[in-house]
Amino acid sequence: MSLLTIHQYLTTYLVFGAMLFSLGIYGLVTRRNLIGMLIAAELMLAGVSLNFMAFNRFLVPDPAVGQIFALFIMAIAAAEAAIGLSIVIAVYRHFKTVDTEDLVNLKG
Amino acid sequence: MAAPALFSADGMVGIVFLIMIAVTLTGGFIAATAERLIRALAGIVICFTGVAGFYYFLNSPFMAMMQILIYVGAICVTISFAIMLAAPEHSKKSGPTNLLSGPLGFIIAGLVFGGMSALALRTHWQPFTKTASGTVREIGIELLTTYSMVFELISIVLLIAIIGAIVIARDGRTG
Repeated sequence: MSLLTIHQYLTTYLVFGAMLFSLGIYGLVTRRNLIGMLIAAELMLAGVSLNFMAFNRFLVPDPAVGQIFALFIMAIAAAEAAIGLSIVIAVYRHFKTVDTEDLVNLKG
Repeated sequence: MAAPALFSADGMVGIVFLIMIAVTLTGGFIAATAERLIRALAGIVICFTGVAGFYYFLNSPFMAMMQILIYVGAICVTISFAIMLAAPEHSKKSGPTNLLSGPLGFIIAGLVFGGMSALALRTHWQPFTKTASGTVREIGIELLTTYSMVFELISIVLLIAIIGAIVIARDGRTG
């Protein structure tokens, strides 16, 4: 197994999907801006889709299933981005900020 | 398997794959850590383009096209509009909240990455024999037969999401 043939192994894609997912987690934990957190969530979704597509290519009997699944993930991600960003804009209109540190109305 | 020569066709494919890994990782790293939101957005555009390349390697040019079309073309443009609409100049920097959240986030992300890649490396994956080839034609047929219910549901979800986004963002608007 040389470095030039790693694209033929399932594990490469799985490890890489895990890497994208954990980058997304890091962004989600450290960001304090709502839009930045949304960007990190999209990163996590990309890692998940990559996992589905890798299993689809290497393991599944019918390779159309995983592609359909990843397509549905994309549709859900589009809906999530639309709703999330409109909520961000509504929050911005109300509070004049999208910083999570300032949105503390319910804090005791 | 013997290593291919660097300047053969297989070797070039391997080099392209390595470049793709570098591009995607760089993009993801910028997206997760950049101080300014618009740079994080540019990072995620780079990252999604790299992921589209991975889909190409995974025998699915259709999904690669959809990735570019939906993620880069639609979602990232929407996020850029939101950044322009809802991020005032003084709050466009978005670094870590306090000194602890950076290292803690790093530890959590590292644990998740270590756990998941250990799982991927240790499991013995058992492939099944392929019964189909996964062409665009097959995807279309399955979408409209086996998965027609899900297809209709996702259409309704998207419709409701669009209407809901308009209703939520319209609230509080003057004029």
